[in-house]
Amino acid sequence: MSLPLDVSTDVVPGSVAVVLVTIATLAIGTWGLRFSRTTSDFFVASRTVRPGLNASAIGGEYLSAASFLGVAGLVLTFGADMLWYPVGWTAGYLVLLVLVAAPLRRSGAYTLPDFAEARLGSRGVRALCSVLVVGIGWLYLLPQFQGAGLTLQAAIGAPSWVGPLVVALVVLINVGSGGMRSITFVQAFQYWLKLTALLLPACVLLAVWAGDGAPDPTIGAGAGADFWSLPLGEGGGQGLYVTYSLIVATFLGTMGLPHVVVRFYTNPDGRAARRTTLVVLALLGLFYLLPPVYGALGRIYAADLATAGSDVLVLELPRLMVDGLLGEALTGLVTAGAFAAFLSTSSGLSIAVAGVLSQDVTGRIFGTHRLSGVSAFRVGAVIAVVVPALFSIAGPDVGVARTVGLAFAVAASTFCPLLLLGIWWRGLTAVGAVAGLAVGGLGSGLAVGWTLVTSETTGWVAVLLGQPAAWSVPAALATMVVVSRATRDQVPAHAGRFMVRLHTPEAVDVER
Amino acid sequence: MNDIPRVRVTGPPRRRATTTHRSGTREIDAGTELGRVYMESLLREQLRLALRILGLLALTVGSLPLAFHLIPGLGEVRVGPLPLSWLLLGVLVYPWLLTLGWLYIRRSEANERDFAALVEEVER
Repeated sequence: MSLPLDVSTDVVPGSVAVVLVTIATLAIGTWGLRFSRTTSDFFVASRTVRPGLNASAIGGEYLSAASFLGVAGLVLTFGADMLWYPVGWTAGYLVLLVLVAAPLRRSGAYTLPDFAEARLGSRGVRALCSVLVVGIGWLYLLPQFQGAGLTLQAAIGAPSWVGPLVVALVVLINVGSGGMRSITFVQAFQYWLKLTALLLPACVLLAVWAGDGAPDPTIGAGAGADFWSLPLGEGGGQGLYVTYSLIVATFLGTMGLPHVVVRFYTNPDGRAARRTTLVVLALLGLFYLLPPVYGALGRIYAADLATAGSDVLVLELPRLMVDGLLGEALTGLVTAGAFAAFLSTSSGLSIAVAGVLSQDVTGRIFGTHRLSGVSAFRVGAVIAVVVPALFSIAGPDVGVARTVGLAFAVAASTFCPLLLLGIWWRGLTAVGAVAGLAVGGLGSGLAVGWTLVTSETTGWVAVLLGQPAAWSVPAALATMVVVSRATRDQVPAHAGRFMVRLHTPEAVDVER
Repeated sequence: MNDIPRVRVTGPPRRRATTTHRSGTREIDAGTELGRVYMESLLREQLRLALRILGLLALTVGSLPLAFHLIPGLGEVRVGPLPLSWLLLGVLVYPWLLTLGWLYIRRSEANERDFAALVEEVER
């Protein structure tokens, strides 16, 4: 049943899939362009996106290469403790729903730096937040581009720089021409494409597996069946720490991701923001049922991939399990889904980064010249895409899910405390926010740098730096509270008024 | 004379003119002590609800690694063809998260309705 492992030279299904997804993406983006007129369309789709469409768009944007390819590969290699990634990425939306969704929408800000400035009345906090948004955005874009290179290499045998180039170009055309309004339709389409691209092959593969007598993946090839079904990391206390730190990073990091947050401003009101989030929870839960299926089947049919390049498991499995035309068609489908994953997540992140860049960098006055809102956004989009694309071609190769995990850790250590205290605690001061952002940003940033240069994963130092969220999030939170307490005479005068705006339902007629 | 259209002349509703109480919304707008109390009560209710939901999440989903760490035998428990850990983390956790989200939305919107009724009823 299982074929020898070699990357097939048959490039037809992969090429067709990539071309079709690219054409569909550009076509829908151009169609959406008819609705894009104003700067507000560019940034937040003029805040008129309904919950159903918006939730599909959020799902489409959120399910990145890490979800589509990374999870299945990680489950294949490490087993049940990797299920925490999809669980955390979904639970992050529940945390976002109960703590942030409606108030964030009601704040009326465009981006995270806008929120910080409006809440704390400080240009300094704004500048720091802008730097963090761009940093997190680039850290998250990097693995998307690298994953695109990997996919095109596996699917059509292209050199690894082709993937980043194609994704960067398509994203630039779409984002630069239509902004948020047109990208909303693209993202929504891509959620359903990704779901179909995993669901249909999974059904066929499960049928093949049942036809083979449904062999048990936990007793299949490879050592350590019991560790494979244990939902926590190896190594006793260290494993427990790694698992809980991952839980902290993913549960709390979602609310701080720039491309997630910017989507909330496209809701008409706070109530719609909540409803959108609930639909997102359903859509993500539906999608995340599937990657573990590939991981489990991979253990029976593609056990060799566990040690050699597990990120391509989803792309290779259909061909390994099903012969002939059907196998090729399914391969084309999963390739299309993977490519959609890179395009949609990269688009969302580029919009978020471009939005911040255009407000704080490219929209500034240079000499006597000042770019208009839309031109500044386009220039911002170019910078947002080109920098990580170049770095992904020239820089070191880091695992897709690992880099994404670090982006979550940085977001959880910086924007999560800022949002939580900014929304629920009147006493937050600008000085306190800056101190907390610095502690969380430096702590988690140090961990990121350390991970990018070393590959050590044993010993407490490696464990603490490799998965920093469990200490960096409380440290940032505590710093914000303590420093704000020490500078309590500097609590912004409008803090009370801002709380009214954040928390009163729109139906109540108060000044906002 | 006839080509001047009729214009209906209306005044402000009487009831409003004779109101002596200030409505809750105006208390909030003016930033009075009473307005502060209204806002504090809304914030407290919403935060308490959020923490209850998160507590439930921590207690159910968050305690799983610890449970599997302390009771190693759990790793070998199977439910039908699936290991227990896979059933919990791969399947059941998602409907549970959705249920928690649905509970939150119901309660938080009820809180907001109560708040709206509270600050607007003084007017009547």
